[in-house]
Amino acid sequence: MKSVEQDNSLIREISAEKYRYGFTTDVHTDIIDRGLTEDTVRLISERKGEPEWMLEFRLKAYRHWLTMEMPHWAHLDIPEIDYQNISYYADPTVKKEGPKSLEEIDPQVMKTFDKLGIPLEERLALSGGVAVDAVMDSVSVKTTFKQTLAEKGIIFCSMGEAVKNHPDLVRQYLGSVVNYRDNFFAALNSAVFSDGSFVYIPKGVRCPMELSTYFRINAAGTGQFERTLIVADDDSYVSYLEGCTAPMRDENQLHAAIVEIVVLDRAEVKYSTVQNWYPGDENGKGGVYNFVTKRGLVKGVDAKLSWTQVETGSAITWKYPSCVLQGDGSQGEFYSVALTNNWQQADTGTKMIHLGRNTKSTVISKGISAGHSQNSYRGLIKVGEHADGARNYSQCDSLLLGSDCGAHTFPYMDVKNETAIVEHEATTSKISEDQLFYCNQRGIPMEQAIGLIVNGYAKEVLNKLPMEFAVEAQRLLSVSLENTVG
Amino acid sequence: MTPVQNYIDLFKQNRALIDRGSAGALNSARDNALDCLLRYGLPHKGLEEYLHTDVGEWFEPDWGMNLARLDMPVDFAQAFKCSVPNLSTQLYFLANDSFASSETASRNLLPDGVYAGSLKDAALERPEILEKYYGKLADMDKPGIAAINTLFAQDGFMLYVPDGVVVEKPLQLITLLSSKVDLMVNRRILVVLGRCAQAKLLLCDHALAANQYLTAQVTEVFAGEDSALELYDLEETHYANRRASELYINQEADSNVEIDYVTLHNGRTRNTVFSTFAGRGSNLSLNGIATVDKEQHVDNMTFVDHRVSDCTSNELFKYVLDDSASGAFAGKVLVRHGAQHTESQQTNRNICLTRQARMFTQPQLEIYADDVKCSHGATVGQLDDKAMFYMRQRGIPEAEARMMLMQAFVGEVIGRVSLEPLRDRLNRLVEKRFRGELTQCEGCRACR
Repeated sequence: MKSVEQDNSLIREISAEKYRYGFTTDVHTDIIDRGLTEDTVRLISERKGEPEWMLEFRLKAYRHWLTMEMPHWAHLDIPEIDYQNISYYADPTVKKEGPKSLEEIDPQVMKTFDKLGIPLEERLALSGGVAVDAVMDSVSVKTTFKQTLAEKGIIFCSMGEAVKNHPDLVRQYLGSVVNYRDNFFAALNSAVFSDGSFVYIPKGVRCPMELSTYFRINAAGTGQFERTLIVADDDSYVSYLEGCTAPMRDENQLHAAIVEIVVLDRAEVKYSTVQNWYPGDENGKGGVYNFVTKRGLVKGVDAKLSWTQVETGSAITWKYPSCVLQGDGSQGEFYSVALTNNWQQADTGTKMIHLGRNTKSTVISKGISAGHSQNSYRGLIKVGEHADGARNYSQCDSLLLGSDCGAHTFPYMDVKNETAIVEHEATTSKISEDQLFYCNQRGIPMEQAIGLIVNGYAKEVLNKLPMEFAVEAQRLLSVSLENTVG
Repeated sequence: MTPVQNYIDLFKQNRALIDRGSAGALNSARDNALDCLLRYGLPHKGLEEYLHTDVGEWFEPDWGMNLARLDMPVDFAQAFKCSVPNLSTQLYFLANDSFASSETASRNLLPDGVYAGSLKDAALERPEILEKYYGKLADMDKPGIAAINTLFAQDGFMLYVPDGVVVEKPLQLITLLSSKVDLMVNRRILVVLGRCAQAKLLLCDHALAANQYLTAQVTEVFAGEDSALELYDLEETHYANRRASELYINQEADSNVEIDYVTLHNGRTRNTVFSTFAGRGSNLSLNGIATVDKEQHVDNMTFVDHRVSDCTSNELFKYVLDDSASGAFAGKVLVRHGAQHTESQQTNRNICLTRQARMFTQPQLEIYADDVKCSHGATVGQLDDKAMFYMRQRGIPEAEARMMLMQAFVGEVIGRVSLEPLRDRLNRLVEKRFRGELTQCEGCRACR
């Protein structure tokens, strides 16, 4: 019974809180004027001190974005977004006066990340811990363990630094997986993107620690448009974690990011996300719009890319982390838990594009809907003509808690090769009354019983997360489910 | 000029002629159909529902239409192909889109009050039925073929079974496509079952001549409380045939409906099913088989709307694709808010036999009620290697073993057919189909 007791105390502890990351930090932030024009794009590029080719890249994307319309095919009810009423660049690291020093970080910013549980002091981190790139609004505040990683030849820095210090690598890979023409939000991001992380793992190197980026929106009236690029060269391995939070505000803030991953011969990348943007209050007011394009090009032979995501935040989520399985024998994995409560909406899933021979993909998606929320899985399994021996297995389960929510499944399968085997299974049901009864019988109150069962239901995915994240994800699931029992 | 405009012009120029060849409710529904066609047009590839079958394109050629209801001689002897041994059916014929009376089609053999026959005649003889039911389910407020079909439909078939009447004998409606020119056929079928009524209806499609045909078929089915209907739709046409069908079903409380689509031989086919549960405690069994080769294409789309609680839907579709054939399946199950205790299962399994064969499948669940059990599954693969090895080991030649496996694969769907003689017949037809005999039969001169 000890473990149940522990769980209970954990749940008691967290049920007192709602969204614990909803505070704001009072830090001097340099925010550019609202609105998006060609001048805005030039201004962002200038602030970041970018070379000419980067500006050209942005302008091309901006001009293309002007010709596009916002997509409406997702099972989402997205209110009209005024793209001219958002500030596209906010820098909390600029000092009021005096020369700017890279080493010096505003103590308020340090405090913020401390409060979020993200140690920016290397000495505070556990041994063999996690290297962190902390991004607040549009700017990377600090990247830890850079030196330790550099000894192995690993590049881990903010995108802004990478453009300056590793222009050849950035030029080679930026936009090679997600073209600026890819979709509306990809074009927008390509035009105005600010810091995300850049990771390069050289040939044959196994990254000795987890790399992590923590995204924080702080300033009001802004959006976050970060861009992350990960390149894993031959025979390398890296596990990358991503976390995100935002203050509680009545306004809706836009987050439109791009993550590009290139995996070369026999390399492996594990990408884990715990998405906890502010989901809005219980009446659906406020919250972050999370419109993200994440894609990995699994280019090398026997290369592997694994996406794991726990989605509990955001008012609206539009996100399909994908794998283009180009290398022969390459593998793609997607493990997802998406939980929506109150008035949240999520349309999320994956795309597995099998192009190489003997490629394999696995998709495990667990959706949990509560309150008045709508939760959809949307996935595509595509097998190209030359993808002999392609193999896919997809499983999508949905759990409904309450009679006012919705759970939807929209899988697409497009098979052009006769040797392919593609399997899809989906189930939708409510939480088992037998299991609830069993828990109640043993004195576990309804709310905690639901928490336990949901955690068990999501275990298959949570097990794929690195340990630090798994604990966090379990807590999140329980908190997000608060007040789902009437 | 767009094809839609051509059809609209044709309609406006020939309105009197069309009305003359038809009657009553069929004519009075045309004005609304014209409005809807103008507003929504024909389905096209830009719509997700028609992504894999460009139905709109089929309407582009300059098709002949028998608006003047000229008598087109059809050799009904050809219909023997359709006979199901051991199954005595009440036979009816449609020559293209006109009801053709035949000797066996005598209404006297049916129980009192039952109407089975020409839709046009029904509009004159039983106008109250058509007023109440005709065009009431077919949804024209969307791009589809319901509007264009309603605009031009002049005849078809109606089955009306009054409350409490059980029609024991299965009814069989054989459609023979035969003409000297390329022809567009607008066929309309109306099935109304009263309270506690029961009937079995077998629809068979055949093409006799090598001409190209475009069939636009709209079927409306009203299943009253506690009624039971079995509807089988068998297509055995040829490569130059295009068929777009829409089937609308409305089920009242405690009704049982079984629908089986069998596409044995065709050109390009698109079947769309819209099924609605209007009363609690109803069951729907919706099945389909497609065995296609060469450049044939089959696209089945189903939409099951669980509006009320305590209903069950069960779908199983299986495709075997050979040569350069392509298949598409899209199935959507919608469980509306409050439709508790819904049970829904949807399965689509497909076998691609060659590299050129292509399958697209898209099962979908949209659920707004929590106390439900819904699942769907879809697979695309090949014949089981282990099973093949097992059979080869026991001396069964490869070709034979392949056939047995394919037959076992579709056998699961055939097994769901309630009508036993038809089940046997389907087993034989499918076997013939897999042996490639059906494409070489004498009856079908259009075979390549």
